[in-house]
Amino acid sequence: MTAEKKIKKRASGIRIGHTALCVLLSVAAAVILPCSFIPGGVSAVSAAEEESPEHTEKVTLRIANWEEYIDEGDWDEEEAIDLDDREGTVILGENSMIQDFEQWYLKTYGTEVEVEYSTFGTNEDLYNQLTLGNEFDLVCPSEYMFMKLIAEDRLQPLSEGFFDTGKEDNYYIRGVSDYIRNIFDTNTINGKAWGKYAAGYMWGTTGIVYNPEVISKEEASHWAILADPKYKGQVTIKDNVRDSYFAALGILNEDELTQPDFINSPDRLERIAELMNRTDEATVNTAESILKEMKENAYSFESDSGKADMVTGKVLANYQWSGDAVYTLDQAEIDDYYLAYAVPEECTNVWFDGWVMLKDGISGDAAKQQAAEAFINFMSRPDNVVRNMYYIGYTSVIAGGDSDIIYAYADWCYGAEEEEEDVIEYPVGFFFSGDNADEDYIITAAADQANRQLFAQYPPQDVLERAVVMQYFDQENNERINQMWVNVRCFDLTTLTLQDWALVGAGVVILAAVVMIFKKRDDIRGMFHIR
Amino acid sequence: MRNFRFSRKQLCIPYALFLVCFVVLPLAVIVYYAFTDGSGSFTLANLFNFFTNGNTIGTLCYSAVIAVAVTGVCLLVAYPVAYILARSGLKKAPVLLMLFILPMWINFTLRITALKEILNVIEGNLSLHPFMNTVIGMTYDYLPFMILPLYTTLLQLDESLLEAAQDLGAGSAAVFFRVTLPLSMPGIVSGITMTFLPAMTNYVILDMMYNSTYIMGSLIGSYFNIYDWNNGSMISLILFAVICIVSLVTGGEEQDDAKNRGAVL
Repeated sequence: MTAEKKIKKRASGIRIGHTALCVLLSVAAAVILPCSFIPGGVSAVSAAEEESPEHTEKVTLRIANWEEYIDEGDWDEEEAIDLDDREGTVILGENSMIQDFEQWYLKTYGTEVEVEYSTFGTNEDLYNQLTLGNEFDLVCPSEYMFMKLIAEDRLQPLSEGFFDTGKEDNYYIRGVSDYIRNIFDTNTINGKAWGKYAAGYMWGTTGIVYNPEVISKEEASHWAILADPKYKGQVTIKDNVRDSYFAALGILNEDELTQPDFINSPDRLERIAELMNRTDEATVNTAESILKEMKENAYSFESDSGKADMVTGKVLANYQWSGDAVYTLDQAEIDDYYLAYAVPEECTNVWFDGWVMLKDGISGDAAKQQAAEAFINFMSRPDNVVRNMYYIGYTSVIAGGDSDIIYAYADWCYGAEEEEEDVIEYPVGFFFSGDNADEDYIITAAADQANRQLFAQYPPQDVLERAVVMQYFDQENNERINQMWVNVRCFDLTTLTLQDWALVGAGVVILAAVVMIFKKRDDIRGMFHIR
Repeated sequence: MRNFRFSRKQLCIPYALFLVCFVVLPLAVIVYYAFTDGSGSFTLANLFNFFTNGNTIGTLCYSAVIAVAVTGVCLLVAYPVAYILARSGLKKAPVLLMLFILPMWINFTLRITALKEILNVIEGNLSLHPFMNTVIGMTYDYLPFMILPLYTTLLQLDESLLEAAQDLGAGSAAVFFRVTLPLSMPGIVSGITMTFLPAMTNYVILDMMYNSTYIMGSLIGSYFNIYDWNNGSMISLILFAVICIVSLVTGGEEQDDAKNRGAVL
């Protein structure tokens, strides 16, 4: 019966092809926008500023989020999620999250707020929009991008009130998982902790979605599968430099990362983080040649199409983010096609998308900042967390705090039915209470869930022990790996053999000869006195 | 009330504004970025970057090879089609022409997706022949742009010239190569410009065909994606220069032909 539950999970609409379009659009925007906002844009902005002195009641909140990354409501009655928590909560998304927030804010704070919601397709797209002068108050980039924004001093720190656990409405700080909070507090950039600026939204790992009928779990659990000639033309790789570079370093450092000494060392995580964030020239050069191998071997570099290619069986393995892995597995399951998800034994990347406020947008307006922080809190209210998770398939950073709704939802998704015989006890305590042995947080799930959606959404302890954050690279190192990426993707003339050159040369000579003969045919005929 | 009288000059104003806003200004912005560095001071480094990097030159060559292949295949396929449609007096020629043009009414990403599925059935695994698939995809997409100009030129061809050639003793091959082909040169040239130039830059088709090697369009896109507008703009300018050269060469050919061949005939 779990299958039926899963099928009810919302397919998150058409996602394929967004990226290509976005790239085109951003190029177009880059060309057109600078000139169009010289006269128009600036005046529009200043007009907006004039309008918002203290006495205007209405607050406008400009939010930018990923596409398809929030509950848009409009659920059918039968989609209602009947949770088995203490209060017997029923979750149903009637209106969009944005509408609900506007109503809730008016009721709670007595102020009207109007949300201007827009979306972006890639972190770079968002950054370009910010550079071009689009103003937002609250955005939701991934960790390496908000690290960049912190480093550039473009973010407004969260207020002290936001971290007050005594306040009823501070759902974020009361509900965020200790595991996540710890990461946000200990990771710093230029001495500033993430947690000071960013509140988490969704998180996950990266790994490999694979077809278990052809590929063994053992094979899928190594980065090397992405360059394995045995699966030539049957694996896909991510079309962005950071993820692909990470995979290449995983292959490069495979021996070191899998040594028993290394695995058992007490500072394993720090050592992995150091290895996987190296950007010295020698490492980058080796990674370049590994990536070139991967390029020859791969079916495609993708950012969207991989999910569809995996579901339709065109490829056997797919380098994927855990949230999209869940989506892929769900989709395939509808056609009774069972895929699995594995996280490489060497190491993995743990990623976060987080809400951050922009200095330029908030510009010292306390009412605006309050609305922005209230929005984060509203999105972190347990019932809303469930709505979002159900709608988009990713895992929220919120564990629920006093409320057991989110755990109840995990159990609703993955808990085995009573008649199920082959079950496992799957602990998720690390996330919900900080202790994986906590008996309150053990899901009794169907045995295959240990390699499937449950594993992707709530990775077990051993995965987290090798999951590191991608660090922000400074300008110089960033340029180096970007240049490496261009080199990988470009056509390398030096790979042509002498034979290839001879062929090209012969082709050009023949073509030139044909054209010459055609043009001078009258003279030639004259020479030989033909006709 | 004053009477407003529109003269031709005033009618030009909207177009002039349009040209300034959407042609001149964007180009000026591109030129500005191409010749400055990140901090806004003048530099030629972007230009040298392109010509001293084997990978970017490789991309230029690769795009050119793809564009030549696409244009060549398009020409070979389109010429006979246009010739038959225009010259053989088929009763249903307009309908047939419509069938060739019809796909243009459907968004190209949809058409390429459909083509991909067909090729997938035929080839099994698309990723094994990225170059060939790219050429097939682009040919499929640009074929109407080659057929249309050829069809119009061949349709307007003066029948009496062909008859005169035959009267003077030319065989059918000679008539074709010495009269029909030279006279259809304008159509060939405009067909080539309409396929060659987009084929160098349309990386959406390339991406959809699982070709993971960049062409000029994707290279420019990738620079803009990593906020390197300076190098991106410079490559756009270089591409622009290449396009100008190609147009000059083919355009010159056209005039040359109009004069010489006309005189010969």
